Amino acid sequence: MKGFMAVLGREVRLALRHPGDALAAVLFFVLVCALFPFGIGPEPQILARIAPGALLAAALLAALLPLDRLFGAEAEDGSLDQLLLSGLPPALLAAAKAAGHWVVTGLPLLAATPVAAAMLNLPVEAWGTAMVALGLATAILSLFGVAGAALTLGARRGGVLLPLLVLPLSIPAVIFGAAAIEAAAADMAARPYLLLLGALLALAAPLAPIAAGAALRGE
Amino acid sequence: MLEGRDLACWRGERAVFAGLSFTLPPGGALLLVGANGAGKSSLLRLLAGLVPLAEGELLWQGQDALADRVAHAARLRYLSHQDALKPSLSARENLSFFARLWGGDVEAALEAVGLAELAELPARVLSSGQKRRLALARLALAPAALWLLDEPTVGLDTASVERLGVLLAAHRAAGGAVLAATHLPLPLPGAQELRL
Repeated sequence: MKGFMAVLGREVRLALRHPGDALAAVLFFVLVCALFPFGIGPEPQILARIAPGALLAAALLAALLPLDRLFGAEAEDGSLDQLLLSGLPPALLAAAKAAGHWVVTGLPLLAATPVAAAMLNLPVEAWGTAMVALGLATAILSLFGVAGAALTLGARRGGVLLPLLVLPLSIPAVIFGAAAIEAAAADMAARPYLLLLGALLALAAPLAPIAAGAALRGE
Repeated sequence: MLEGRDLACWRGERAVFAGLSFTLPPGGALLLVGANGAGKSSLLRLLAGLVPLAEGELLWQGQDALADRVAHAARLRYLSHQDALKPSLSARENLSFFARLWGGDVEAALEAVGLAELAELPARVLSSGQKRRLALARLALAPAALWLLDEPTVGLDTASVERLGVLLAAHRAAGGAVLAATHLPLPLPGAQELRL
């Protein structure tokens, strides 16, 4: 646990030194959400109808942005070797990296969710649910993303390969996340969908780091 | 303490080295010498458990060293030819991360490599020799039985080589072993030589 916190603390500290990276993901998220009203036209009903899916898709794409540098930057300066030899099991190292990615990228996206939701004319009652759903979905993406980043490390076109690996895995998160926001917007119970998202997170939390750890050790 | 038997390293179809055997007693030192591309760095990565062992055995006190790679990692320090520093973190912050993992006194380690006065500077503004010294400070942080050093003195001035000599002597006096790949003379009295 000490090692986990050390790696997580280092991730946050590094992100604070380069706030531009996290800000870029947030701006990407907001801008993608802003494109929909331009493309679809100012029809409030249609916008509100597509808002849940658009929010989810935009947030996951934004969270993908920093993933290919997650291990790439560490491998380039030799830090990855030191991390692998730090005495931390590789799976725990991957879990710490996933947690770091979520804190650095996922949390700022949550802060920007009300702005994006307003642009998509999502009813205010659903904003809270949207933040919970996006929080869970981005956490799932961070976990699968770490596995993808570990697998594509050193691949020639890793940056392109990574979304192709990770996005199909996050389809269930988009389905249940959008369903939860839709239910909240229609004044129905969003809880079952959020629980399903939680179940997905509980499934990914042990499996993805184990896969990433195995990939990092080159097994 | 550490024993290698018939180690081999393959790069594609070509054998970089094969049939390599050595023993390293506690307090011992082994210098890896050989031309560029002879496989010195590859051997060090192999011994660290960073790449899988294709052939041969690696024994630690008579037991398979790589059976538990996390435990193997915990007893060694590996200094690669890269310094593994984060340019935006200060010298102290770079070292504190490893101190949180391994324990040890950051200030004493910085002092041991003569960087105490530069501790607040971000690693990006350090010269290449100072970066190398900061990487070496990891060795001074907390004891580990086996040091694997890849060209430890590249870019170091004579005073820093002497400081490294002090670290190496203390490590060996405490029963630690050193394996170092180098083209430059190292302060390792009585070291055996292993030609690749």
